[in-house]
Amino acid sequence: MIISKKDVPAFLAGLMGEYRVFAPVKTDTYTGFQQISLGTEAVLDFSNTKIPPKGILFPQSEKLFTYSVAGETVKVEEVIDDAKSVVFGVRPCDAKSIALLDNVFDNDKYQDPYYLTRRANTVLVGIGCNEPASTCFCTSVGCSPFDTTGLDLLLVDTGDAFVVEAVTDKGKAIVTTAGFAPASDADQAAAANAKAAAAVTCKVNTDGLKEKLDVNFYDGIWDLIHEKCLGCGACTYSCPTCHCFDIVDDAVGTDGCRIRNWDSCMFPLFTLHGSGHNPRTSGKERYRNRVMHKFKYFVDNFDAVACVGCGRCINNCPVNLDIREVLADIRGSEARLDK
Amino acid sequence: MMKNPYLPLPMKMVKNFTETEDKLIHTFTMEFLNESDEKSFPYLPGQFAEVCVFGKGEAPFGIASAPTEPGFLKFSVAKVGVVSTAMHMMEDGTMIGVRGPLGNSYPIDRLKGKNTVVIGGGFAFTTLRSLATYILHPDNRGDFGNLTVIYGARNPGLLLYQDELKEWETRSDIDLVCTIDRPVDGWTGKVGFVPTITKEAAPPADENTLAIICGPPVMIKFTMPVLEELGYKPEQIIMSLENRMKCGIGMCGRCNVGGKYVCKDGPVFTRAELSKLPNEY
Repeated sequence: MIISKKDVPAFLAGLMGEYRVFAPVKTDTYTGFQQISLGTEAVLDFSNTKIPPKGILFPQSEKLFTYSVAGETVKVEEVIDDAKSVVFGVRPCDAKSIALLDNVFDNDKYQDPYYLTRRANTVLVGIGCNEPASTCFCTSVGCSPFDTTGLDLLLVDTGDAFVVEAVTDKGKAIVTTAGFAPASDADQAAAANAKAAAAVTCKVNTDGLKEKLDVNFYDGIWDLIHEKCLGCGACTYSCPTCHCFDIVDDAVGTDGCRIRNWDSCMFPLFTLHGSGHNPRTSGKERYRNRVMHKFKYFVDNFDAVACVGCGRCINNCPVNLDIREVLADIRGSEARLDK
Repeated sequence: MMKNPYLPLPMKMVKNFTETEDKLIHTFTMEFLNESDEKSFPYLPGQFAEVCVFGKGEAPFGIASAPTEPGFLKFSVAKVGVVSTAMHMMEDGTMIGVRGPLGNSYPIDRLKGKNTVVIGGGFAFTTLRSLATYILHPDNRGDFGNLTVIYGARNPGLLLYQDELKEWETRSDIDLVCTIDRPVDGWTGKVGFVPTITKEAAPPADENTLAIICGPPVMIKFTMPVLEELGYKPEQIIMSLENRMKCGIGMCGRCNVGGKYVCKDGPVFTRAELSKLPNEY
C-alpha cells in the first residue's frame, strides 16, 4: 500500500473523528509530539523529536485518582484515560522503547492500568529513518532504522510518498479504513532501496559489555566516568526507555488527588531514606546505576538492553557526556571482582 | 477490568498508641471500612503496605499485625517524614487508606517443621512480631519447631510491644531473650548488644534451623559473623531490606538493589541471594 505525502494531512484529519491524533510538530525551537487538530500540523521532514513520544502513554505528569473524605465516607475515583489515539511519525527506536516499557508496566506481578489502557487504545504509526542522525546508534543496540518492533504500521519514505507496511491487526484496521492504494512493484522497489540506503554510520561496539558489567560494580572506572556529570537529569527526561516516577498528593485538607510525575535516578533525593541514609550518595553511584540499569539489570530481567540508540542523551547533555564513549571506556576497563 | 494497584482501600485508624518512651514510635491499629476490602487483603508476615494519609501522601511500612489477627492491621511507625508525622498527630477515628499487601513474605512454607531463631533490634521488630504471632497461634504452632526470639533495644523503654513480650515470657512454646545495651535498675533481662546475646542464646545451626534477622545496619553487620560461627549458612539466614519506595510494585525505579526491586522481589531475601547483589542498600 502507498500514501502520497500530500495526502497525509487528509489521512490524519480522517482519523480525528475516532482518535486523538499525535504527531511531530515544529515549534520555534524544537520538534516534538503534540496532539494536533489539523492534519497539516504534522511535520514529515524531521530527524527525531527532542523528547520521545513516551509521554503520550506515560505522561510526564498524570492524575491517578481523586479522593475526598467526609465523616466516615472515603470516596476514591480512579482517572483512567481510555480514549483512542493514533501516534503518527514514531521513529522505530521510539517504538521499540515502548515495547521495552511494556515489560515494566506489565511485570510478573502487577499491571499498571494507566499505561496499559492507553497502550491498548493507541495505534503507533512509524516512519522509518532514511537519514539517521550522526548521534543515532540504533543498530548497535538491537534496533534498526526500519525496525517494526512496537509499531502497528511502518511508513517507508520513497520521496513523494510513503510505502505502508501493516505490522499488526490494529495497523491493518487503520489501513483498511483509510483505503490506501496498493503499492506498485516500482514503489516496493523504491521502498527496498530506501531501506538499503539508510546507513547508521555510528557504531558502538557492545561485545562483552554485559559480561563486563556483570563483574565491574566495584571497579575504579565508576570513580572516573561520572565526574563531569552535573546530575541534571536531562538524559533521563529525554530517554525513551526511562520510566522512573514519583508519586505525590495535591490536596486541600483531606480532599485532593494523587499524581505521578516523571522522576530521575540522577537526583540525590530519589533514593534518600527517611532516616537520612542514602544508598546512592554521590553522582558515582547514581551514574553507575543508570548505566547498569540500561545495560545489565534490564538485560537480566527482560533479556533486552534498555537503550534503543536514539542519541537523545548525547544531544541533550549539557556537558557532552556521551554514552557511546562511556560504554567504550567500560569495555576497556579492567574488571575487579569483589563479590 | 484489571485491578488497579494504586488505589488505597479505606480504613479507620482506631488507635494511635505511643509505643516507646521517647515517643518516636507510634503503633496504629486500623480497621477496614468494608469487609470485602479485608478479604481482598490476604497477607503473610514480612509483607508491607503503603499507608495513605488523605491530603498528605503515602509511605510504605511493614505490617506488624499477623494474618491470625483478623479485623485490623497494625503498623508501628517512626516519625520521620510528612506522612509519618501526620500519622503521629492523628486522632483515633480518622479515615486512612492502605494498599497492598506488597512484597514477598518470610518463607512460611520453608519455616514449617523447622526451628526458627528470630533476631531483632530496635524498632525493626514490626514484621518479626507478625511472624512470631503467626507461629504462636494455636492453629499454626504445631507446624513449626522451636521458636527463639532475641530482641534488643538501647533501653527497656524502647522495646516495642512490651505487653506482648511479657506474655511471651510466660509461655513455654517460645524462648524469648530480651536485651538492653546498658544496665538499668529493675531490668531482669539480658544486658549486652544483640550480637553478643545471639552468641549466647541462639541455637547452633543444623539443617533444621533458620535465622530471621531484622534490625539497624550496625546490628546486622556484627550479628552476621556470630551466625556464621554458629554454623548458619547463607541460605539459612533470612533478612528483610528497606529502601525508599513510591509505587511498591516494581515500576517507579528507586528501590532497586542491582536488578532486584526491594518492593517486588523482596523485601525478604536470604543472605545467599543478597551476596549476589551489589552492596547498595
